[in-house]
Amino acid sequence: MTTDLDALYQEIILDHYKNPHHKGLREPFEAEVHHVNPTCGDEVTLRVHLAHGPQGTWVEDVSYDAMGCSISQAAASVMTDLVIGKPVGEAMAIHDEFLTLMQGKGQVEPDEDVLEDGVAFAGVAKFPARIKCALLSWMAWKDATTTAQLEEAQ
Amino acid sequence: MEGLLPDLEVVRKDFPILSRVLADGRPLVYLDSANTSQKPQVVIDTMVDHLERHNANIARAMHQLGAESTAAYEAARDKVSAFLGAPDRDEVVFTKNITEGLNLLANTLVWPGQHQVGPGDEIVITEMEHHSNIVPWQLLCERTGATLRWFGITDDGHLDLSNIDELVTERTKVVSLVWVSNMLGTVNPIDAIARRAHEVGALVVVDAAQAAPQLPIDLAAMPVEERPDVLGFTGHKTVGPTGIGVLWARRDMLDQLPPFLGGGEMIETVTMERSTYAPVPHKFEAGTPPIVEAVGLGAAVDYLSGLGMDNVHRHEQAVTAYALAGLATVPGLRVFGPLDATQRGGAVSFEIPGIHPHDVATVLDSRGIAVRAGHSCTKPTHARFGVQSTTRMSSYLYTTPAEIDALIDGLEYTRSYFKLG
Repeated sequence: MTTDLDALYQEIILDHYKNPHHKGLREPFEAEVHHVNPTCGDEVTLRVHLAHGPQGTWVEDVSYDAMGCSISQAAASVMTDLVIGKPVGEAMAIHDEFLTLMQGKGQVEPDEDVLEDGVAFAGVAKFPARIKCALLSWMAWKDATTTAQLEEAQ
Repeated sequence: MEGLLPDLEVVRKDFPILSRVLADGRPLVYLDSANTSQKPQVVIDTMVDHLERHNANIARAMHQLGAESTAAYEAARDKVSAFLGAPDRDEVVFTKNITEGLNLLANTLVWPGQHQVGPGDEIVITEMEHHSNIVPWQLLCERTGATLRWFGITDDGHLDLSNIDELVTERTKVVSLVWVSNMLGTVNPIDAIARRAHEVGALVVVDAAQAAPQLPIDLAAMPVEERPDVLGFTGHKTVGPTGIGVLWARRDMLDQLPPFLGGGEMIETVTMERSTYAPVPHKFEAGTPPIVEAVGLGAAVDYLSGLGMDNVHRHEQAVTAYALAGLATVPGLRVFGPLDATQRGGAVSFEIPGIHPHDVATVLDSRGIAVRAGHSCTKPTHARFGVQSTTRMSSYLYTTPAEIDALIDGLEYTRSYFKLG
Protein backbone atom coordinates (compact mmCIF):
# COMPACT_ATOMS: atom_id res chain seq x y z
CA MET A 1 0.00 0.00 0.00
CA THR A 2 2.95 2.30 0.61
CA THR A 3 3.44 2.42 -3.13
CA ASP A 4 -0.13 3.60 -3.67
CA LEU A 5 0.32 6.12 -0.87
CA ASP A 6 3.52 7.42 -2.43
CA ALA A 7 1.75 7.55 -5.80
CA LEU A 8 -0.91 9.71 -4.16
CA TYR A 9 1.45 12.01 -2.29
CA GLN A 10 4.03 12.72 -4.97
CA GLU A 11 6.74 15.19 -4.02
CA ILE A 12 5.35 17.58 -6.64
CA ILE A 13 2.01 17.59 -4.85
CA LEU A 14 3.56 18.18 -1.44
CA ASP A 15 5.71 20.99 -2.90
CA HIS A 16 2.67 22.73 -4.37
CA TYR A 17 0.82 22.21 -1.07
CA LYS A 18 3.57 23.88 0.93
CA ASN A 19 4.24 26.65 -1.61
CA PRO A 20 1.07 27.22 -3.61
CA HIS A 21 1.35 29.24 -6.82
CA HIS A 22 -0.88 32.24 -7.63
CA LYS A 23 -2.67 32.04 -4.27
CA GLY A 24 -4.62 35.06 -2.98
CA LEU A 25 -7.53 37.01 -4.42
CA ARG A 26 -6.61 39.68 -6.97
CA GLU A 27 -8.24 42.45 -9.05
CA PRO A 28 -9.40 42.82 -11.73
CA PHE A 29 -11.76 39.92 -12.37
CA GLU A 30 -14.91 39.31 -14.38
CA ALA A 31 -16.30 36.46 -12.30
CA GLU A 32 -15.93 35.13 -8.78
CA VAL A 33 -17.30 31.79 -7.57
CA HIS A 34 -17.36 29.95 -4.27
CA HIS A 35 -17.31 26.16 -4.38
CA VAL A 36 -17.44 23.71 -1.50
CA ASN A 37 -16.98 20.00 -1.17
CA PRO A 38 -19.96 19.21 1.07
CA THR A 39 -18.59 15.88 2.26
CA CYS A 40 -15.46 17.35 3.83
CA GLY A 41 -16.05 21.09 3.96
CA ASP A 42 -13.14 22.06 1.69
CA GLU A 43 -13.78 25.49 0.20
CA VAL A 44 -12.42 27.63 -2.59
CA THR A 45 -13.21 31.19 -3.63
CA LEU A 46 -11.88 31.73 -7.13
CA ARG A 47 -11.70 34.68 -9.53
CA VAL A 48 -11.10 34.66 -13.25
CA HIS A 49 -9.79 37.57 -15.31
CA LEU A 50 -10.08 37.14 -19.07
CA ALA A 51 -8.34 39.29 -21.69
CA HIS A 52 -9.04 39.74 -25.37
CA GLY A 53 -6.82 40.26 -28.40
CA PRO A 54 -6.61 39.51 -32.09
CA GLN A 55 -6.00 35.82 -31.29
CA GLY A 56 -9.16 35.59 -29.18
CA THR A 57 -9.80 35.35 -25.47
CA TRP A 58 -7.23 34.11 -23.03
CA VAL A 59 -6.98 33.50 -19.29
CA GLU A 60 -5.11 36.53 -18.01
CA ASP A 61 -5.28 35.63 -14.31
CA VAL A 62 -6.80 33.12 -11.90
CA SER A 63 -6.66 34.04 -8.25
CA TYR A 64 -8.07 32.10 -5.34
CA ASP A 65 -8.40 31.65 -1.64
CA ALA A 66 -8.84 28.05 -0.52
CA MET A 67 -8.99 25.85 2.56
CA GLY A 68 -8.51 22.14 2.36
CA CYS A 69 -6.30 19.10 2.17
CA SER A 70 -2.96 18.74 0.41
CA ILE A 71 -4.60 17.29 -2.69
CA SER A 72 -7.14 20.09 -3.09
CA GLN A 73 -4.60 22.83 -2.36
CA ALA A 74 -1.95 21.41 -4.69
CA ALA A 75 -4.55 20.89 -7.42
CA ALA A 76 -5.51 24.58 -7.24
CA SER A 77 -1.86 25.60 -7.51
CA VAL A 78 -1.16 23.30 -10.48
CA MET A 79 -4.40 24.34 -12.18
CA THR A 80 -3.43 28.02 -12.13
CA ASP A 81 -0.01 27.16 -13.59
CA LEU A 82 -1.71 25.29 -16.40
CA VAL A 83 -4.43 27.75 -17.40
CA ILE A 84 -2.99 31.22 -16.81
CA GLY A 85 -1.82 32.69 -20.11
CA LYS A 86 -3.63 30.09 -22.20
CA PRO A 87 -6.42 30.74 -24.71
CA VAL A 88 -9.74 29.83 -23.06
CA GLY A 89 -10.37 26.99 -25.52
CA GLU A 90 -7.00 25.42 -24.84
CA ALA A 91 -7.44 25.82 -21.06
CA MET A 92 -10.83 24.11 -21.29
CA ALA A 93 -9.18 21.25 -23.20
CA ILE A 94 -6.61 20.88 -20.40
CA HIS A 95 -9.51 20.84 -17.91
CA ASP A 96 -11.13 18.02 -19.89
CA GLU A 97 -7.86 16.08 -19.98
CA PHE A 98 -7.46 16.41 -16.20
CA LEU A 99 -11.07 15.35 -15.65
CA THR A 100 -10.54 12.28 -17.83
CA LEU A 101 -7.44 11.40 -15.81
CA MET A 102 -9.33 11.72 -12.52
CA GLN A 103 -12.27 9.64 -13.71
CA GLY A 104 -10.04 6.98 -15.25
CA LYS A 105 -9.84 4.71 -12.15
CA GLY A 106 -6.07 4.68 -12.54
CA GLN A 107 -6.26 3.22 -16.08
CA VAL A 108 -5.63 6.46 -17.99
CA GLU A 109 -2.04 7.30 -18.97
CA PRO A 110 -1.58 11.05 -18.44
CA ASP A 111 -0.01 13.19 -21.18
CA GLU A 112 2.80 15.16 -19.57
CA ASP A 113 2.98 17.57 -22.51
CA VAL A 114 -0.56 18.70 -21.73
CA LEU A 115 -0.82 18.29 -17.96
CA GLU A 116 2.77 19.09 -16.87
CA ASP A 117 2.80 18.93 -13.02
CA GLY A 118 -0.80 17.72 -13.26
CA VAL A 119 0.45 14.22 -14.11
CA ALA A 120 1.40 13.93 -10.44
CA PHE A 121 -2.31 13.56 -9.69
CA ALA A 122 -2.57 10.27 -11.62
CA GLY A 123 -2.34 8.38 -8.29
CA VAL A 124 -5.39 10.23 -6.92
CA ALA A 125 -7.63 8.39 -9.38
CA LYS A 126 -7.09 5.21 -7.35
CA PHE A 127 -8.54 6.85 -4.22
CA PRO A 128 -12.24 7.39 -4.97
CA ALA A 129 -12.73 9.45 -1.80
CA ARG A 130 -10.08 11.94 -2.91
CA ILE A 131 -11.03 12.60 -6.54
CA LYS A 132 -13.39 15.39 -5.54
CA CYS A 133 -10.49 17.04 -3.67
CA ALA A 134 -8.43 17.18 -6.85
CA LEU A 135 -11.34 18.46 -8.94
CA LEU A 136 -12.67 21.17 -6.59
CA SER A 137 -10.65 24.09 -7.95
CA TRP A 138 -10.88 22.88 -11.55
CA MET A 139 -14.69 22.87 -11.29
CA ALA A 140 -14.60 26.32 -9.73
CA TRP A 141 -12.37 27.61 -12.53
CA LYS A 142 -14.63 26.19 -15.24
CA ASP A 143 -17.69 27.67 -13.56
CA ALA A 144 -16.07 31.11 -13.17
CA THR A 145 -14.74 31.14 -16.73
CA THR A 146 -18.10 30.16 -18.20
CA THR A 147 -19.81 32.81 -16.08
CA ALA A 148 -17.30 35.47 -17.19
CA GLN A 149 -17.82 34.58 -20.83
CA LEU A 150 -21.61 34.64 -20.51
CA GLU A 151 -21.55 38.04 -18.82
CA GLU A 152 -19.26 39.45 -21.46
CA ALA A 153 -21.53 38.13 -24.19
CA GLN A 154 -24.47 40.05 -22.77
CA MET B 1 -6.60 -2.86 31.71
CA GLU B 2 -9.45 -2.26 34.14
CA GLY B 3 -12.95 -1.68 32.83
CA LEU B 4 -12.65 -3.61 29.56
CA LEU B 5 -15.44 -6.01 28.69
CA PRO B 6 -14.77 -9.45 30.12
CA ASP B 7 -13.92 -11.90 27.33
CA LEU B 8 -13.25 -9.10 24.86
CA GLU B 9 -11.62 -11.51 22.42
CA VAL B 10 -14.74 -13.68 22.51
CA VAL B 11 -16.97 -10.64 22.01
CA ARG B 12 -14.87 -9.63 19.01
CA LYS B 13 -15.52 -13.02 17.43
CA ASP B 14 -19.21 -12.10 17.42
CA PHE B 15 -18.37 -9.46 14.77
CA PRO B 16 -17.22 -11.25 11.61
CA ILE B 17 -16.02 -8.06 9.89
CA LEU B 18 -13.38 -7.51 12.59
CA SER B 19 -11.36 -10.36 11.10
CA ARG B 20 -11.28 -8.66 7.68
CA VAL B 21 -7.87 -8.23 6.16
CA LEU B 22 -7.47 -5.12 4.04
CA ALA B 23 -5.07 -4.18 1.24
CA ASP B 24 -1.43 -5.12 1.85
CA GLY B 25 -2.47 -7.79 4.35
CA ARG B 26 -3.31 -5.19 6.99
CA PRO B 27 -5.84 -6.25 9.64
CA LEU B 28 -8.80 -3.91 9.98
CA VAL B 29 -8.56 -1.42 12.83
CA TYR B 30 -12.07 -0.01 12.89
CA LEU B 31 -12.21 3.31 14.74
CA ASP B 32 -15.24 4.79 13.01
CA SER B 33 -18.06 3.40 15.15
CA ALA B 34 -19.61 6.82 15.83
CA ASN B 35 -20.19 6.89 12.07
CA THR B 36 -21.67 3.40 12.01
CA SER B 37 -21.09 0.43 14.27
CA GLN B 38 -20.24 -3.08 13.09
CA LYS B 39 -22.81 -5.86 13.35
CA PRO B 40 -22.66 -9.04 15.41
CA GLN B 41 -23.41 -12.38 13.78
CA VAL B 42 -26.68 -12.68 15.71
CA VAL B 43 -28.06 -9.56 14.01
CA ILE B 44 -27.02 -10.80 10.59
CA ASP B 45 -28.44 -14.29 11.29
CA THR B 46 -31.71 -12.94 12.65
CA MET B 47 -32.25 -10.85 9.53
CA VAL B 48 -31.34 -13.71 7.21
CA ASP B 49 -33.62 -16.08 9.12
CA HIS B 50 -36.51 -13.64 8.87
CA LEU B 51 -36.01 -13.26 5.12
CA GLU B 52 -35.55 -17.01 4.60
CA ARG B 53 -38.39 -18.28 6.77
CA HIS B 54 -40.85 -15.60 7.89
CA ASN B 55 -40.97 -12.93 5.22
CA ALA B 56 -44.38 -11.38 4.65
CA ASN B 57 -45.92 -7.96 4.98
CA ILE B 58 -47.08 -7.07 8.46
CA ALA B 59 -50.45 -6.22 9.95
CA ARG B 60 -52.40 -6.96 6.79
CA ALA B 61 -51.39 -10.38 5.47
CA MET B 62 -54.05 -12.84 6.63
CA HIS B 63 -51.85 -15.91 6.56
CA GLN B 64 -49.41 -17.74 8.78
CA LEU B 65 -46.33 -15.97 7.47
CA GLY B 66 -48.08 -12.63 7.88
CA ALA B 67 -48.76 -13.45 11.50
CA GLU B 68 -45.15 -14.52 12.07
CA SER B 69 -43.76 -11.42 10.43
CA THR B 70 -46.10 -9.15 12.38
CA ALA B 71 -45.16 -10.90 15.61
CA ALA B 72 -41.45 -10.48 14.85
CA TYR B 73 -41.89 -6.78 14.03
CA GLU B 74 -43.89 -6.08 17.17
CA ALA B 75 -41.50 -8.17 19.27
CA ALA B 76 -38.75 -5.86 18.04
CA ARG B 77 -40.79 -2.92 19.35
CA ASP B 78 -41.00 -4.66 22.73
CA LYS B 79 -37.24 -5.22 22.76
CA VAL B 80 -36.52 -1.57 21.92
CA SER B 81 -39.03 -0.48 24.52
CA ALA B 82 -37.23 -2.58 27.14
CA PHE B 83 -33.83 -1.27 25.96
CA LEU B 84 -34.98 2.32 26.58
CA GLY B 85 -37.01 1.54 29.68
CA ALA B 86 -39.97 3.15 27.92
CA PRO B 87 -43.00 3.63 30.15
CA ASP B 88 -45.27 2.34 27.36
CA ARG B 89 -44.26 0.13 24.41
CA ASP B 90 -46.68 1.98 22.10
CA GLU B 91 -44.53 5.09 22.57
CA VAL B 92 -41.85 3.49 20.39
CA VAL B 93 -42.21 4.64 16.77
CA PHE B 94 -40.03 3.04 14.11
CA THR B 95 -38.56 5.50 11.63
CA LYS B 96 -35.91 5.26 8.92
CA ASN B 97 -33.26 6.79 11.18
CA ILE B 98 -33.06 9.53 13.79
CA THR B 99 -32.93 12.17 11.06
CA GLU B 100 -36.40 11.09 9.98
CA GLY B 101 -37.53 11.01 13.60
CA LEU B 102 -36.46 14.62 14.19
CA ASN B 103 -38.05 15.68 10.91
CA LEU B 104 -41.26 13.91 11.89
CA LEU B 105 -41.37 16.01 15.01
CA ALA B 106 -40.36 19.33 13.47
CA ASN B 107 -42.94 18.86 10.71
CA THR B 108 -45.86 17.90 12.92
CA LEU B 109 -45.24 20.85 15.27
CA VAL B 110 -46.17 23.18 12.40
CA TRP B 111 -49.86 22.19 12.57
CA PRO B 112 -52.60 23.39 14.95
CA GLY B 113 -52.70 21.67 18.31
CA GLN B 114 -51.40 21.97 21.83
CA HIS B 115 -47.76 21.96 20.73
CA GLN B 116 -48.06 24.14 17.61
CA VAL B 117 -45.11 26.46 17.06
CA GLY B 118 -45.87 29.94 15.74
CA PRO B 119 -44.47 33.48 15.32
CA GLY B 120 -42.80 34.74 18.48
CA ASP B 121 -42.15 31.24 19.78
CA GLU B 122 -38.60 30.07 20.30
CA ILE B 123 -36.78 26.80 19.68
CA VAL B 124 -33.55 26.31 21.63
CA ILE B 125 -30.80 24.02 20.38
CA THR B 126 -27.03 23.96 21.00
CA GLU B 127 -23.87 24.72 19.08
CA MET B 128 -22.80 21.08 19.37
CA GLU B 129 -25.72 19.63 17.43
CA HIS B 130 -25.41 17.30 14.48
CA HIS B 131 -26.85 18.85 11.31
CA SER B 132 -29.85 16.53 11.71
CA ASN B 133 -30.79 18.38 14.90
CA ILE B 134 -30.24 21.82 13.32
CA VAL B 135 -31.71 21.82 9.84
CA PRO B 136 -35.19 20.46 10.73
CA TRP B 137 -35.54 23.26 13.31
CA GLN B 138 -34.29 25.88 10.87
CA LEU B 139 -36.94 24.66 8.45
CA LEU B 140 -39.58 24.78 11.20
CA CYS B 141 -38.59 28.36 12.08
CA GLU B 142 -38.73 29.42 8.41
CA ARG B 143 -42.18 27.89 8.08
CA THR B 144 -43.67 29.26 11.30
CA GLY B 145 -41.88 32.54 12.03
CA ALA B 146 -40.42 31.12 15.21
CA THR B 147 -36.88 32.00 16.31
CA LEU B 148 -34.00 29.57 16.72
CA ARG B 149 -31.73 30.17 19.73
CA TRP B 150 -28.55 28.37 20.74
CA PHE B 151 -26.71 27.26 23.84
CA GLY B 152 -23.02 28.07 23.42
CA ILE B 153 -20.04 25.85 24.23
CA THR B 154 -17.25 26.53 26.73
CA ASP B 155 -13.62 26.28 25.63
CA ASP B 156 -13.30 22.87 27.29
CA GLY B 157 -16.20 21.51 25.27
CA HIS B 158 -19.13 21.64 27.68
CA LEU B 159 -22.45 23.34 27.09
CA ASP B 160 -22.43 26.86 28.49
CA LEU B 161 -25.44 26.80 30.81
CA SER B 162 -24.62 30.13 32.50
CA ASN B 163 -27.44 31.88 30.62
CA ILE B 164 -29.96 29.04 30.72
CA ASP B 165 -32.62 31.15 32.43
CA GLU B 166 -32.37 33.87 29.76
CA LEU B 167 -32.27 31.33 26.95
CA VAL B 168 -35.05 28.99 28.04
CA THR B 169 -38.07 31.20 28.82
CA GLU B 170 -41.83 31.30 28.60
CA ARG B 171 -41.41 31.82 24.85
CA THR B 172 -39.54 28.52 24.45
CA LYS B 173 -41.65 25.77 22.87
CA VAL B 174 -38.93 23.19 22.28
CA VAL B 175 -35.46 22.52 23.67
CA SER B 176 -33.69 20.00 21.46
CA LEU B 177 -30.21 18.81 22.26
CA VAL B 178 -27.71 16.05 21.81
CA TRP B 179 -27.06 13.78 24.80
CA VAL B 180 -23.56 12.71 23.71
CA SER B 181 -21.79 14.87 21.12
CA ASN B 182 -20.59 13.06 18.01
CA MET B 183 -17.72 15.55 17.60
CA LEU B 184 -16.67 16.60 21.11
CA GLY B 185 -17.78 13.46 22.89
CA THR B 186 -19.33 15.60 25.63
CA VAL B 187 -22.05 13.98 27.73
CA ASN B 188 -24.61 16.74 28.33
CA PRO B 189 -26.64 17.15 31.55
CA ILE B 190 -30.01 16.51 29.98
CA ASP B 191 -31.60 16.17 33.44
CA ALA B 192 -30.80 19.75 34.47
CA ILE B 193 -31.76 21.16 31.09
CA ALA B 194 -35.02 19.19 31.04
CA ARG B 195 -35.89 20.47 34.49
CA ARG B 196 -35.52 24.08 33.37
CA ALA B 197 -37.36 23.48 30.09
CA HIS B 198 -40.25 21.81 31.85
CA GLU B 199 -40.51 24.72 34.29
CA VAL B 200 -41.42 26.94 31.35
CA GLY B 201 -43.60 24.34 29.64
CA ALA B 202 -41.23 23.54 26.77
CA LEU B 203 -40.87 20.13 25.15
CA VAL B 204 -37.52 18.44 25.61
CA VAL B 205 -36.15 16.51 22.62
CA VAL B 206 -33.00 14.43 23.04
CA ASP B 207 -30.82 13.23 20.18
CA ALA B 208 -29.50 9.96 21.60
CA ALA B 209 -27.76 8.78 18.42
CA GLN B 210 -24.42 8.51 20.26
CA ALA B 211 -25.90 7.98 23.73
CA ALA B 212 -28.00 4.90 22.98
CA PRO B 213 -24.96 2.85 21.88
CA GLN B 214 -22.95 3.76 24.97
CA LEU B 215 -25.08 4.70 27.97
CA PRO B 216 -27.60 2.67 29.94
CA ILE B 217 -30.97 4.37 29.39
CA ASP B 218 -33.99 3.90 31.65
CA LEU B 219 -36.67 6.43 30.77
CA ALA B 220 -39.22 5.12 33.24
CA ALA B 221 -36.73 5.47 36.09
CA MET B 222 -36.09 9.15 35.36
CA PRO B 223 -38.01 11.69 37.47
CA VAL B 224 -40.79 13.05 35.24
CA GLU B 225 -39.45 16.60 35.37
CA GLU B 226 -36.03 15.40 34.15
CA ARG B 227 -37.28 12.92 31.56
CA PRO B 228 -37.17 14.01 27.93
CA ASP B 229 -40.52 14.23 26.15
CA VAL B 230 -38.96 12.85 23.00
CA LEU B 231 -35.81 10.77 22.46
CA GLY B 232 -34.50 9.33 19.24
CA PHE B 233 -31.70 7.08 18.11
CA THR B 234 -30.65 5.25 15.00
CA GLY B 235 -30.28 1.49 14.61
CA HIS B 236 -27.01 1.29 12.76
CA LYS B 237 -24.96 2.91 15.52
CA THR B 238 -26.29 0.39 18.07
CA VAL B 239 -24.95 -2.69 16.25
CA GLY B 240 -28.19 -2.87 14.25
CA PRO B 241 -28.80 -2.43 10.52
CA THR B 242 -29.19 0.79 8.56
CA GLY B 243 -32.66 1.90 7.48
CA ILE B 244 -34.24 1.71 10.93
CA GLY B 245 -34.43 4.29 13.69
CA VAL B 246 -36.48 4.90 16.77
CA LEU B 247 -38.45 7.88 17.94
CA TRP B 248 -39.72 7.47 21.47
CA ALA B 249 -42.15 10.13 22.71
CA ARG B 250 -44.62 10.61 25.54
CA ARG B 251 -47.86 8.83 24.73
CA ASP B 252 -50.15 11.83 25.29
CA MET B 253 -47.96 13.93 23.04
CA LEU B 254 -47.95 11.35 20.25
CA ASP B 255 -51.72 11.11 20.60
CA GLN B 256 -52.09 14.87 20.13
CA LEU B 257 -49.70 15.36 17.24
CA PRO B 258 -51.07 15.02 13.71
CA PRO B 259 -49.65 12.33 11.41
CA PHE B 260 -46.42 13.01 9.53
CA LEU B 261 -46.63 10.78 6.44
CA GLY B 262 -49.98 9.59 5.14
CA GLY B 263 -50.59 6.23 3.52
CA GLY B 264 -51.34 2.63 4.27
CA GLU B 265 -51.01 1.23 7.78
CA MET B 266 -51.44 4.63 9.50
CA ILE B 267 -55.21 4.84 8.96
CA GLU B 268 -58.30 3.76 10.80
CA THR B 269 -60.62 4.36 7.87
CA VAL B 270 -60.44 6.21 4.57
CA THR B 271 -63.33 7.70 2.63
CA MET B 272 -63.35 10.09 -0.29
CA GLU B 273 -64.18 12.90 2.13
CA ARG B 274 -61.69 12.29 4.91
CA SER B 275 -59.58 9.80 6.79
CA THR B 276 -59.18 8.92 10.42
CA TYR B 277 -56.01 7.56 11.87
CA ALA B 278 -54.75 4.48 13.60
CA PRO B 279 -53.67 4.76 17.22
CA VAL B 280 -49.99 5.26 18.00
CA PRO B 281 -47.49 4.01 17.13
CA HIS B 282 -49.04 3.01 13.79
CA LYS B 283 -50.28 6.57 13.16
CA PHE B 284 -46.64 7.49 12.52
CA GLU B 285 -45.66 4.40 10.51
CA ALA B 286 -47.19 4.98 7.09
CA GLY B 287 -46.53 2.42 4.39
CA THR B 288 -44.73 -0.90 4.66
CA PRO B 289 -42.05 -0.27 7.26
CA PRO B 290 -38.47 -1.60 7.17
CA ILE B 291 -39.61 -4.91 8.66
CA VAL B 292 -36.44 -6.97 8.53
CA GLU B 293 -34.41 -3.97 9.69
CA ALA B 294 -36.69 -3.59 12.72
CA VAL B 295 -36.29 -7.30 13.46
CA GLY B 296 -32.52 -6.88 13.16
CA LEU B 297 -32.61 -3.91 15.53
CA GLY B 298 -34.51 -6.02 18.04
CA ALA B 299 -31.70 -8.59 17.93
CA ALA B 300 -29.15 -5.78 18.23
CA VAL B 301 -30.57 -4.21 21.38
CA ASP B 302 -30.98 -7.68 22.90
CA TYR B 303 -27.31 -8.31 22.15
CA LEU B 304 -26.34 -5.05 23.88
CA SER B 305 -28.57 -5.82 26.85
CA GLY B 306 -26.97 -9.27 27.02
CA LEU B 307 -23.53 -7.69 27.36
CA GLY B 308 -25.01 -5.20 29.80
CA MET B 309 -25.03 -1.51 28.93
CA ASP B 310 -23.24 -0.74 32.21
CA ASN B 311 -20.40 -2.98 31.03
CA VAL B 312 -20.42 -1.44 27.55
CA HIS B 313 -20.25 2.03 29.09
CA ARG B 314 -17.38 1.03 31.38
CA HIS B 315 -15.51 -0.44 28.41
CA GLU B 316 -16.00 2.74 26.38
CA GLN B 317 -14.68 4.87 29.23
CA ALA B 318 -11.62 2.66 29.70
CA VAL B 319 -10.76 2.64 25.99
CA THR B 320 -11.45 6.37 25.66
CA ALA B 321 -9.20 7.18 28.63
CA TYR B 322 -6.46 5.05 27.06
CA ALA B 323 -6.96 6.79 23.71
CA LEU B 324 -6.83 10.28 25.26
CA ALA B 325 -3.59 9.36 27.03
CA GLY B 326 -2.12 8.03 23.78
CA LEU B 327 -3.20 11.02 21.72
CA ALA B 328 -1.58 13.33 24.30
CA THR B 329 1.80 11.79 23.39
CA VAL B 330 1.57 12.85 19.74
CA PRO B 331 3.46 16.16 19.38
CA GLY B 332 1.25 19.11 18.43
CA LEU B 333 -1.97 17.09 18.45
CA ARG B 334 -4.98 18.96 19.84
CA VAL B 335 -8.07 17.13 21.10
CA PHE B 336 -11.44 18.93 20.99
CA GLY B 337 -13.85 18.41 23.87
CA PRO B 338 -13.44 17.22 27.45
CA LEU B 339 -10.10 15.58 28.26
CA ASP B 340 -11.60 13.55 31.11
CA ALA B 341 -12.94 10.24 29.81
CA THR B 342 -15.60 10.09 32.53
CA GLN B 343 -17.25 13.20 31.01
CA ARG B 344 -17.37 12.00 27.44
CA GLY B 345 -18.29 9.31 24.98
CA GLY B 346 -16.03 7.35 22.68
CA ALA B 347 -15.80 9.82 19.79
CA VAL B 348 -12.57 11.83 19.96
CA SER B 349 -11.95 14.55 17.37
CA PHE B 350 -8.51 16.07 16.97
CA GLU B 351 -6.23 18.04 14.70
CA ILE B 352 -2.55 17.88 13.91
CA PRO B 353 -1.56 21.38 12.78
CA GLY B 354 0.15 21.21 9.39
CA ILE B 355 -1.62 18.06 8.20
CA HIS B 356 -5.16 18.24 6.86
CA PRO B 357 -7.54 15.64 8.36
CA HIS B 358 -8.14 14.13 4.92
CA ASP B 359 -4.46 13.46 4.56
CA VAL B 360 -4.31 12.00 8.08
CA ALA B 361 -7.22 9.69 7.26
CA THR B 362 -5.70 8.55 3.96
CA VAL B 363 -2.35 7.67 5.54
CA LEU B 364 -4.09 5.85 8.41
CA ASP B 365 -6.29 4.01 5.88
CA SER B 366 -3.18 2.80 4.07
CA ARG B 367 -2.35 1.05 7.37
CA GLY B 368 -5.84 -0.45 7.71
CA ILE B 369 -7.02 2.09 10.28
CA ALA B 370 -10.51 3.48 9.55
CA VAL B 371 -11.31 6.92 11.04
CA ARG B 372 -13.58 9.80 10.04
CA ALA B 373 -12.17 12.98 8.53
CA GLY B 374 -14.15 16.11 7.76
CA HIS B 375 -16.75 18.10 9.65
CA SER B 376 -18.61 15.07 11.08
CA CYS B 377 -21.91 16.82 10.19
CA THR B 378 -21.23 19.40 12.90
CA LYS B 379 -20.12 22.49 10.97
CA PRO B 380 -21.26 25.02 13.62
CA THR B 381 -19.31 23.12 16.30
CA HIS B 382 -16.23 23.15 14.09
CA ALA B 383 -16.70 26.87 13.47
CA ARG B 384 -16.98 27.41 17.25
CA PHE B 385 -13.51 25.94 17.64
CA GLY B 386 -12.10 27.73 14.60
CA VAL B 387 -11.45 24.65 12.51
CA GLN B 388 -12.80 23.63 9.14
CA SER B 389 -12.47 19.92 9.73
CA THR B 390 -11.04 17.38 12.14
CA THR B 391 -9.99 13.76 12.29
CA ARG B 392 -12.20 11.64 14.53
CA MET B 393 -11.48 8.26 16.07
CA SER B 394 -14.42 6.53 17.66
CA SER B 395 -14.24 3.31 19.61
CA TYR B 396 -16.95 0.88 20.62
CA LEU B 397 -17.52 -2.21 22.69
CA TYR B 398 -15.22 -4.29 20.46
CA THR B 399 -12.28 -1.86 20.45
CA THR B 400 -9.05 -3.11 22.02
CA PRO B 401 -6.18 -1.15 23.56
CA ALA B 402 -3.96 -2.68 20.85
CA GLU B 403 -6.08 -0.92 18.22
CA ILE B 404 -5.53 2.39 20.02
CA ASP B 405 -1.79 1.63 19.97
CA ALA B 406 -2.05 1.07 16.21
CA LEU B 407 -3.75 4.45 15.84
CA ILE B 408 -1.06 6.26 17.83
CA ASP B 409 1.69 4.52 15.82
CA GLY B 410 -0.18 5.44 12.66
CA LEU B 411 -0.34 9.09 13.70
CA GLU B 412 3.40 9.11 14.41
CA TYR B 413 3.95 7.61 10.97
CA THR B 414 1.65 10.25 9.46
CA ARG B 415 3.71 13.00 11.07
CA SER B 416 6.94 11.57 9.69
CA TYR B 417 5.36 10.97 6.28
CA PHE B 418 4.50 14.65 6.01
CA LYS B 419 7.86 15.58 7.50
CA LEU B 420 6.60 17.29 10.63
CA GLY B 421 9.48 17.69 13.12
